[in-house]
Amino acid sequence: MTPDLDQLRADLLAAIDASAGVDALEAVRVHALGKQGAITGLLKTLGALSPEERQTVAPGIHALREAVTNAIGARKADLEAKALAAKLASERVDLTLPVDRPAPGGVHPVSQVMDELAEIFADLGFAVATGPEIEDDWHNFTALNIPETHPARAMHDTFYAQRRSPQGEETASAAGAAQAASDDGGSATGAPERYVLRTHTSPVQIRTMMAQKPPIRIIAPGRVYRSDSDATHTPMFHQIEGLVIDRGIHMGHLKWTLETFLKAYFERDDIVLRLRPSYFPFTEPSAEVDIGYTLEKGRRVVGGDPAKGNGGWMEVLGSGMVHPKVIAACGLDPNEWQGFAFGTGVDRLAMLKYGMDDLRPFFDGDLRWLKHYGFSALDVPTLSGGVTA
Amino acid sequence: MKFTYGWLQQHLDTDATLDTILEGLTRIGLEVEGVENPGEKLAAFRVARVLTAERHPQADKLQVLSVDAGDGPLQVVCGAPNARAGLVGVFGMPGATVPANGMVLKVAAIRGVESNGMMCSTRELELGEDHDGIIELPDDAPVGTPFPAYAGLDDPVIDVSVTPNRQDCMGVRGIARDLAAAGYGTLKPLAVPVVAGEGDGPDVRVEDADGCPAFYAQAVRGLTNGESPDWMRKRLNAIGQKPISTLVDITNYVMFDLGRPLHVYDMAKLTGGLVARKAVAGESVVALNGKSYTLGGGETVIADDAGVHDIGGIMGGEHSGVSETTTDVLIECAYFTPEAIARTGQKLALTSDARTRFERGVDPAFLDQGLAIATDYVLQLCGGTASGVTRAGSPPVEPRIVTHQPARVATLGGLDVAEDRQRDILERLGFTVGDGWQVTVPSWRRDIDGTADLVEEVIRIEGLDKVPSTPLDRPAGVAVPTATAEQKLERRIRRAAAARGLAEAITWSFIAEEEAAPFGGGAWEVVNPIANDMRIMRPSLLPGLLSAAARNLKRGASSVKLFEIGRRYLADAERMTLGMVFAGERSPRGWRASKAQGFDAFDAKGELLALLEAAGAPVGNLQVMEAPGDVYHPGQSATLRLGPKTVLASFGVLHPTIAKAFDLPAGTVAAELYLDALPAKRGGGAMRGAYAPPALQAVTRDFAFVVADDVAGDQLVRAVRGADKAAIVDARLFDVFAGPGVEPGHKSLAIEVTLQPGAKSFTDAELKAISDKIVAAATKIGGSLRA
Repeated sequence: MTPDLDQLRADLLAAIDASAGVDALEAVRVHALGKQGAITGLLKTLGALSPEERQTVAPGIHALREAVTNAIGARKADLEAKALAAKLASERVDLTLPVDRPAPGGVHPVSQVMDELAEIFADLGFAVATGPEIEDDWHNFTALNIPETHPARAMHDTFYAQRRSPQGEETASAAGAAQAASDDGGSATGAPERYVLRTHTSPVQIRTMMAQKPPIRIIAPGRVYRSDSDATHTPMFHQIEGLVIDRGIHMGHLKWTLETFLKAYFERDDIVLRLRPSYFPFTEPSAEVDIGYTLEKGRRVVGGDPAKGNGGWMEVLGSGMVHPKVIAACGLDPNEWQGFAFGTGVDRLAMLKYGMDDLRPFFDGDLRWLKHYGFSALDVPTLSGGVTA
Repeated sequence: MKFTYGWLQQHLDTDATLDTILEGLTRIGLEVEGVENPGEKLAAFRVARVLTAERHPQADKLQVLSVDAGDGPLQVVCGAPNARAGLVGVFGMPGATVPANGMVLKVAAIRGVESNGMMCSTRELELGEDHDGIIELPDDAPVGTPFPAYAGLDDPVIDVSVTPNRQDCMGVRGIARDLAAAGYGTLKPLAVPVVAGEGDGPDVRVEDADGCPAFYAQAVRGLTNGESPDWMRKRLNAIGQKPISTLVDITNYVMFDLGRPLHVYDMAKLTGGLVARKAVAGESVVALNGKSYTLGGGETVIADDAGVHDIGGIMGGEHSGVSETTTDVLIECAYFTPEAIARTGQKLALTSDARTRFERGVDPAFLDQGLAIATDYVLQLCGGTASGVTRAGSPPVEPRIVTHQPARVATLGGLDVAEDRQRDILERLGFTVGDGWQVTVPSWRRDIDGTADLVEEVIRIEGLDKVPSTPLDRPAGVAVPTATAEQKLERRIRRAAAARGLAEAITWSFIAEEEAAPFGGGAWEVVNPIANDMRIMRPSLLPGLLSAAARNLKRGASSVKLFEIGRRYLADAERMTLGMVFAGERSPRGWRASKAQGFDAFDAKGELLALLEAAGAPVGNLQVMEAPGDVYHPGQSATLRLGPKTVLASFGVLHPTIAKAFDLPAGTVAAELYLDALPAKRGGGAMRGAYAPPALQAVTRDFAFVVADDVAGDQLVRAVRGADKAAIVDARLFDVFAGPGVEPGHKSLAIEVTLQPGAKSFTDAELKAISDKIVAAATKIGGSLRA
């Protein structure tokens, strides 16, 4: 018997090895281990043997069955792996092909700078205040100590605004219009109010002082309008106003606040300011503020002391101590409350920090410009991360 | 305000250098806007004499000159017709740059003859328009002298910006006074001549004492009006004032020198005396600028028996202006009330150097001196005999007294200045400091009327640079938010939109009338727009965005997704709004989807819901309702409402006529989100309610209902969702089908319902009951379960 088993084992293992696919392998399995299989047949013969004979023969047959079963299992796994590899190989794709990348979107530099400023001033305790852009003459001029005949009015290139005739008016309800009309009598003179597009953010000073009790610390960013147009002037632009009203506030505080804010905004410690006596009807004393710049590769870069050469001064701010008449016009006692105010151009601050040299594209909505100068939505200015995105 | 360094030195005794003076001017608030030395570009040109002039051997129109420019004869080829032996002119040495054309002179052969420089014309040196020949100087002009020195062009011209409060610095003397106060020299005394007048003064009187409280006048008869002297013309030229005639130049010179405007009338053109009165409506006058002005009535004018001769304090009239033939003049030195001047000037839109000074308030105590100085110039330069002075009315010269509080310099100005020093500064500026710091304001400082003004004077002169930086106190306690809820919402929405791929634009607040018309027309207009297409305050953000989108498409952009956050200007308020526009392709053609995809109304709806969700709005409760307005496609647009009245947003495909009007392709999509309509976020602090995720898994069941075409999908979804509020946590429409198997005029809507069991799993009976409720709810709105 023994030689037969050896021959059978050799034949079966060779057949397993030779089977080219899962089906051929299955045929070998059936041939060996199926109901009619060779090994199954050998196992069946064991029943007829005496126990002594069985003890001699059975181990050989069982070993044969185990060896063939294992060989089939191994061969099967091998064949399946090859089949899978072949399938995967056939599924290859060209991953150098492009994917759709939706445009990233972005935040306008003016909005970004306003957020930066709000962050810087929040740390100094300044809240953000707002006011209307279609402003009445009283808030824009008179309350700010600029009476009708004041020469400073001519310097403002004011846009005047008026309500359109009702027939052209379809959006406003009659009730809304009537309400607005009754508000028109709010001027100090009682005369029908004249409206302007606010020429500065300073009327927000007035509205804030009339609406809340000191101490006051606010900034007021927003759109302002002047009838002017060239590379650095547009009929609409953005300003930010600062106002502090408290007891004992003086020009030293103004100076510190401006230095602190401008250093934080430009993220440079070498910001040098020059305060020049000037004149604004609503501040006394008044100062214009120049910031030192250095010439780097022909571009003006904010920072450094012009006195050390290779640079100069740029005017960036108007400021001063709030005029006692303005404080009084808002119903506060100028003997008790005093403070400072300042105003500067947001667009201009953006240009100085981020390097735009023309103001007009700010308001064109050109996607190419917005992509170049805009900011990612995730670039939220923070003090911990540095306000510069 | 322009003046020259030399002119300043006539009033200021100083050994300060020009640079020191310039720095000082800016330091005390007279900002230097520019300084120019007109002689610099002419430094290489000299006074030279033509010694001989011969015909050029090769050219008829050229001459060969021998020129002495101080260093001996030089051969020069010249084409000027007036070049001749003996002429003294201006010679450019080799190496000099001709100002008019930038040409650098060099030694060169002209038609074979060597030329060593150039004799120059007026135009070549940018000194005038004359180019008919070379400059001819007087015979005694010193040969070899640099031309700028000879011509007095070596005096630097300084331009300072004078703020509206400082009329006293609208004359050179006032600037000198300020510099002297700040320690940059000593103010020289002003010599006021004594003019011996003969006889009565001219007949002038004041009827409008409000507008013209004082009218002083003096006549000079028998004079000759010619060309003013060289020194005067040079100074006027230097500051950009064209010399006209001696009489006119004198009035201008005194105005720029002393800040005192004057007017001179030709007495031969006057009928009777002059009166300062209010104009009668309809009167007109041709002013010296050649324009005719019709007066509305009430303006202060100077008139004689025949009519108006002068818009008082602003501009004289052409008719009585002086000319070369004038022999008798009336010199007016008046005080006009600043407010009246400002009103008249604004009304007539007429500016002049006189108006600029009068409306800021000239020195009311300087009328006699001003008139004497002017008359003296006239007598000296034009001859004639002066009359006596007529003084009609009286200027407001009552001195103003302000109480100074020296301590305020530190508490308001932030700078400690010793009291003695404060007194010294004020006195140097012309103030008189009396007992108890009662400070008398000099007559020329109309701007000073309170302690704050005196504080400014002291720190201005002491130096703003000396004010030490003083930190603001940090507010005590916990940091509180400095932004309002509205501001936070705006920031959040902005960044949400940007994160979703929209680019933020900022467009003009004012738009064209025809752009505003489809959006309700607008409630406000600019009376004086900079351009007619920037006239209407926008009633919607869309026109600006649509125009921007069209510009982008024209520039070749294939896909435009823009948004803006800003105000709409309505009759009752300015409303914060977000506008969006989607134009061009949503996705480009590509290897995966092949064809390019356009935008549709669902893109806008998707963005709006995402932004509303970011804003914390109850997105699940919003209703989609129709009729957002005429600007949209009537079948592809809607509003999102919270309840029937609160419109949070409108969106849709633009109406084709609107798209066309804005030069946009059909299918452009737009939306507006009304930020101020969003419900305020409820407070309640940082703490949130307790929560544990459900232990049991949710199950889903699908239903398909057939409904009539006009039943909105949302209506069915709402009905299904409301069928069992305890069990149903979501209902999502996932298929819309019309066609074979569905009755015509109807559609099949498939809905996946999510059911969340509570403590125990649903039994089959419970599921059946829920299912029955869902079918019943759908049936109620006309739906039937699809077989």
